[in-house]
Amino acid sequence: MAALRTGQPDDPTVSTVGIRVNDEMSELTVDNRTSLLDALREHLGLTGAKKGCDHGQCGACTVLIDGRRANSCLQLAVMVDGQDVTTIEGLGAAEDLHPVQRAFLDRDAYQCGYCTPGQICSAVGAIAEAGAGWPSAVTPADSLGIEGTAGLDASEVRERMSGNLCRCAAYVNIVPAVLDAAREVSA
Amino acid sequence: MTSIPLTSPQGAPSDTSSAADGRIGENALRPDGTLKVTGEFAYASDLWMDEMVWGTTVRSPHPHARIVSIDIGPALATPGVYAVLTAEDVPGANAVGLEHEDQPVLAETVVRYKGEPVAIVAADHPEIARQAAKKVVVEYDVLEAVTDARAALDPASVQLRPSGNVVRHLKVRKGEELPTAAVVVSLDFEVGMQDQAFLGPESGLAVPAEDGGVDLYVATQWLHVDQRQVCSALGLPPEKVRLSLSGVGGAFGGREDLSMHVHACLLAMHTNKPVKMVYNREESFYGHVHRHPATMSYEFGAEPDGMLVYGRAEILFDGGAYASSTGAVVGNGGTLGLGPYRFPNVHIDCYGVYTNNPPCGAMRGFGCVQAAFAHEALMDALAERVGVSPAAIRKLNGVREGDVNITGQVIDSAAPCEELVQILLDMPLPAERSGADLLSLPGGVANSTHGEGVVRGVGYALTYKNVGFSEGFDDYSTARVRLQVIGGEAVASVHTAAAEVGQGLITVEQQICRTELGVGRVVVHPKNTQVGSGGSTSASRQTYVTGGAVKAACEAVRARVLAAAAQVCGHTADDLALDGGKVVARSGEVVLDLAELLGDAELFADEGVEETVEWRHRPTEAVDPETGQGNAHVQYAFSAHRAVVDVDVDLGLVKVVALDTAQDVGKAINPDAVLGQIQGGSTQGMGLALMEEIVVKDGHIMNPSFTDYLIPTILDTPPMLIKILEYADPHAPYGVRGVGEPPTISSGPAVAAAIRQATGKALRRVPIRPEHITGT
Ligand code: FES
Ligand code: FES
Repeated sequence: MAALRTGQPDDPTVSTVGIRVNDEMSELTVDNRTSLLDALREHLGLTGAKKGCDHGQCGACTVLIDGRRANSCLQLAVMVDGQDVTTIEGLGAAEDLHPVQRAFLDRDAYQCGYCTPGQICSAVGAIAEAGAGWPSAVTPADSLGIEGTAGLDASEVRERMSGNLCRCAAYVNIVPAVLDAAREVSA
Repeated sequence: MTSIPLTSPQGAPSDTSSAADGRIGENALRPDGTLKVTGEFAYASDLWMDEMVWGTTVRSPHPHARIVSIDIGPALATPGVYAVLTAEDVPGANAVGLEHEDQPVLAETVVRYKGEPVAIVAADHPEIARQAAKKVVVEYDVLEAVTDARAALDPASVQLRPSGNVVRHLKVRKGEELPTAAVVVSLDFEVGMQDQAFLGPESGLAVPAEDGGVDLYVATQWLHVDQRQVCSALGLPPEKVRLSLSGVGGAFGGREDLSMHVHACLLAMHTNKPVKMVYNREESFYGHVHRHPATMSYEFGAEPDGMLVYGRAEILFDGGAYASSTGAVVGNGGTLGLGPYRFPNVHIDCYGVYTNNPPCGAMRGFGCVQAAFAHEALMDALAERVGVSPAAIRKLNGVREGDVNITGQVIDSAAPCEELVQILLDMPLPAERSGADLLSLPGGVANSTHGEGVVRGVGYALTYKNVGFSEGFDDYSTARVRLQVIGGEAVASVHTAAAEVGQGLITVEQQICRTELGVGRVVVHPKNTQVGSGGSTSASRQTYVTGGAVKAACEAVRARVLAAAAQVCGHTADDLALDGGKVVARSGEVVLDLAELLGDAELFADEGVEETVEWRHRPTEAVDPETGQGNAHVQYAFSAHRAVVDVDVDLGLVKVVALDTAQDVGKAINPDAVLGQIQGGSTQGMGLALMEEIVVKDGHIMNPSFTDYLIPTILDTPPMLIKILEYADPHAPYGVRGVGEPPTISSGPAVAAAIRQATGKALRRVPIRPEHITGT
């Protein structure tokens, strides 16, 4: 695609950034206003992350930045210069599925699948957060945090996955899928 | 002849194949599942060609205005812009529409709703296209807008069409004209405008072809009806307008009408470049039809024991600026609008009107959803009046197999109303809320009370819906099935144009092929217009109708294969079947290897055995214009819900604690997929009861974003007990009954009933907002 106003090397409206995407270093020159989501989808050809709203409201664009989940539509590509980004494409391939991908398949935790890359990246992040003991809004206030992934139950999963909309409402199956995967990841 | 574009876009659909097991009745895995969990499945928004340009739409800022002039000069002069087109550039008929061709591709002299397309722009970057779109100068002469459906009915109101403001008025009359009854209950009810809110916004890619035609890759529900409209607008014959289904990110009715289809084709043909169009979320709220808002007045008369004597209803649907499928929605509202109950006497007037509000059309539940809120609230009122339980009043009055319904049609397959309600009664109720647990409060732990005002309520609803297209529509689907040897293995392939939108139709197609042809591997051909119409992916009809077509095509293929087998093996064809890749005798004896048989050059050509079948369900009839009587529908699908809610009456917050359901599905071809449909449908119905409304003020949408238009999250979605009944419909293939819509109809009224029970408030409008509960 014709990049927006690529301009000259000294053009202050464009920047060259280096992002390690799915373990591969990518250097790209982007208009400063380019979101990470657009950089992934339109500059790097990684269309796994989806655009459901472009406003941080739906979670379809969730990726992992340095291992933490983020809405890639709310990040500018220039903000993640030098960072590690993992997208759905980097989690696992058909022959070598990530446990969360496997669990979504086994539990039929999707219908149209549009939210699914975001749900899966979000679940990977959520499981890691639980593994590190991070509490959520439903973790009892008198505890120091969650007891690792073993502390995840349905209500913890619902709370932690509540930023990812699914209009097909596969939610009832997403909860056990995330719990299955959490058990497998921690095993 | 068909011409394939020289280069096909990245993300164009390809064959989906799987060798997995799974015949009908089993939980076969989706063949596109691995692609979906790895991010490889390409949606329409993922389509890509290096040389493509981007299209965008200039939309009307006014609900009703005359176009005085359009100046495209400044937009066209913007560097990077390839084309700016207006109504003048539409070569064919500038009029499209599902039922009435009343909607311009680009507005000509008048705009009739805010957001109506007026011009289109193509540029080398989506942002340049959007900036240029702002430079299209349109001078409007603002006209008085009709934004109240009731006012539109008034003959003194501004008439938006030469034929007046009424799209359709359906009368249903049965029995006595003025019946009387010992007990009379009545109410008025109002339902807000719901959005399909599919997560993948409208998008597609149009590629100009060398033959002067165009190839359109698009996310849609009905390729052939799109093709018909695109052809008419472009002035091209069908062989020059080829459509392919691209990955669909949810549909729910919102993709039955055209969105960017013709626009992208016009720009592609004008620029001679591939043109991609993707709506953003805000534009998506303007870019498709919504569920009709409705105002309804109902009255039921009954014997002292609660047995219904009559039902009267006036239902008014706001169709918005263009007809879309308003006529058929009125058909459903009228013929099904009293719910699945026995009424000796009926008087219904159902209207759909034009206004200058956003156009409304198909959404899951199609006309039955709105009416269900009213008839179920009234059944509860009747139960209370005669002193029986909500369950008892429904069991008493629910229709049964063999009954004649309100349009005079005999219900000639299972109608298990009583049993559905009894199943709900027998299901365990969730535990009482433990007072100490702040986390379980409606609104969660951020609540500013300690739940002093939290009360629990339980509500029931029983509803039904027609399956398939009704009222005499020629409803059919086409399937092409082939059996051939690939890599030494007998492989079936199936080609239909029926849209997979996430519901799992391609899994069902594979399951049917495996069952009928006894093979493991089934290839699903991409969905496109190179095969006959599959009809719409709506009205819960695809497993029934396209399933029927695939079954019939398989049977035709099998008959030829077995006839050939009979020639070589000495058995009669009647004594043979296909199973496990073999030809087997009824005795179980393996007679021939299927791959070897198919490989026999004397019997079969290289490409194996192929049959194409156009399949129809039994016909329906138009209803009588004066009485609404007639065999309008081919099948009815019944469901019941029980909702349990906790309501904080001080804050007006609701938490749905359980949403349990029972539904007759005839035959669960894929039980997991059936559960998914029921969970999803139930959640969408709950959304309408509690939170989902496009707020329209004076024709303007006030909340076109996911910040302000709320859909249920995983936190809002309660656990669900689901009981599936399988009473085979003897008229349907495998006995199937449509599944996708019924749960969306019964869940919302059950939630509303539970809130009424908890609060004692009448609550005659949905979505129920906090202020309706608190009265503040
Ligand atoms: S696209 Fe980023 S949150 Fe919706
Ligand atoms: S699977 Fe369709 S939006 Fe989640």
